[in-house]
Amino acid sequence: MINGVGRYIPDNLKPFISSDNYQGIPRKQIPKKTKVENTQFVENISTIFELINIKSNMTLSFHHHLRNGDKVIQIVAEEIKNRNLLNMHIAPSSIFPSYTNLVDLIKNKNITNIHTNYLNGEVAKIISQGYLDGELIMNTHGGRAVVIESGELPIDVAFIACPVVDKNGNGHGAIGKSACGTLGYAISDLEYAKRVVLVTDTIVENLEEYQIDGKFVDYVVKIDSIGDSSGIVSGTTEVTKDPIGLKIAKDCANLLDYLGLIKNDFSMQTGAGKTSLAVVKFVNDLMVKKGIVGSFASGGITKAYVDMLESNLFKSLYDVQCFDLDAVLSYAKNKNHLAMSASEYGNPYEDNPICERLDFVILGATEIDLDFNVNVTTDSLGNLIGGSGGHADIAHGADVTIIISPLVKSRIPIIKEKVMTVTTPGSDVDILITERGIAINPRRVDLRQKLKNSNYPIFEINELLEMTHKITGVPRKIETDDKIIGYVQYRDGTFLDCLRKVKDEY
Amino acid sequence: MKGVAGSKESNDCLITIESSNETKIEINSIVGAFFYDQIYSTIENTLKNENITDVHVIVEDKGALDYTIKSRLLTAIERMREDV
Repeated sequence: MINGVGRYIPDNLKPFISSDNYQGIPRKQIPKKTKVENTQFVENISTIFELINIKSNMTLSFHHHLRNGDKVIQIVAEEIKNRNLLNMHIAPSSIFPSYTNLVDLIKNKNITNIHTNYLNGEVAKIISQGYLDGELIMNTHGGRAVVIESGELPIDVAFIACPVVDKNGNGHGAIGKSACGTLGYAISDLEYAKRVVLVTDTIVENLEEYQIDGKFVDYVVKIDSIGDSSGIVSGTTEVTKDPIGLKIAKDCANLLDYLGLIKNDFSMQTGAGKTSLAVVKFVNDLMVKKGIVGSFASGGITKAYVDMLESNLFKSLYDVQCFDLDAVLSYAKNKNHLAMSASEYGNPYEDNPICERLDFVILGATEIDLDFNVNVTTDSLGNLIGGSGGHADIAHGADVTIIISPLVKSRIPIIKEKVMTVTTPGSDVDILITERGIAINPRRVDLRQKLKNSNYPIFEINELLEMTHKITGVPRKIETDDKIIGYVQYRDGTFLDCLRKVKDEY
Repeated sequence: MKGVAGSKESNDCLITIESSNETKIEINSIVGAFFYDQIYSTIENTLKNENITDVHVIVEDKGALDYTIKSRLLTAIERMREDV
């Protein structure tokens, strides 16, 4: 059948209807994990496989807070390989380029099904080529919490990399030699997995502050090192120097101001890319100039926001994942730098998730189409290159959702008639800012009205597309293979789009 | 005789042109799936306008726009003519 964004979804899956359809549906939660009386401390991962009797066809979950420095998923993958377990289902919150040893396991059918929110690198490449025997399900950060708490994604064992653990099994991410900051993506796994294993390299007597509650922890494994610190804090901290990026960022900040969004107690979120960081800098400057104090910034937190918190430009930060070392240190010492779980961040069924409290968000796009649907999951050939992460969550939650992007990236127009893959429905995308013009979603009559008499170069999105084609030429239509390799699942659990194998000729 | 112009930076292209016994255009582009035909005709038309035949042209393209491709080719042609 055809779903609410005009995409084909097989009849056995719940089709996406609309981004606010969840409002009429009650929250479904399986019982949380029962209290563990005695957390056991174990010497190595292999022993865990014996104790829990991890076998073929099981579902194992992971978080990605150690990003490119993560060793835990690789150690567990080695164990799967050594034992030749087959048809394993893994559910890491993201898959990074360094997770290269998953490639052989996928090709050899040790791993056949994957749930994740974001993936790139070699694993993404081979899945795009059709090597995953089962299916890839791509969730949002909030949606992952939904499928876990509802029991739709039952986890047999959660392996939670944890920089420091105490004798009671409580764990924390802010300190330790592999400190990575908050562990927001691991909380649903902790609360709902059948078995929970903390993997650490630092054990202390007693933690006074912790994010991981030992009452859910069955086992703690101490290994030499859970992560390579140089890969953990991999976020960029540099503002873009690209004149096009700077122009877009400056226009974006000025537009926010024109719309009256830079006001006392406002809240915002941006990505961590270089152009987003430029927006943050320009917003910072505006706040200083106008004497504005914001309520909060949220997201993956970077140094730029830490500086604003310390300058009292924001009252607090809600942080699901620290992007750089400054954010890790700030989370460890500043009481107004608050951790949030993925569920508190983006789960539509939470009472008042952070994403719903956002005034505006600034996001990127690989493609955007004439209906304002955004793709950040695949490139224009259909190769997997990312995923929603929080994109669809905050695009829905925020009052104003702005996409910033150059019109052309290496000759590829970012505006398409139809995006290759729908990551975020166009009904949740309000404004597109490019270096040559701004487009406003026709649904936002209020914003169009406000900007009607402004000096901004405002166009219809199809006019921007025509403008782009005059520069680049009209790109040839790309065909995908018929084989479905997986699905994009929306944050409410419905299905937004199919992922298809990339044709061999590309 | 041979001329080279351009670079392999993003949004640019590196063009090599060399005299040969027949005209041959070879295109290796990161956006070939979308723009191969356009790149080909830009090269073909530019050669025609310059009255050049019997050359081997190699385009290594990193997403250059047509005017970039054309100007890189014209420069490569100049350099080929100087290369005696």
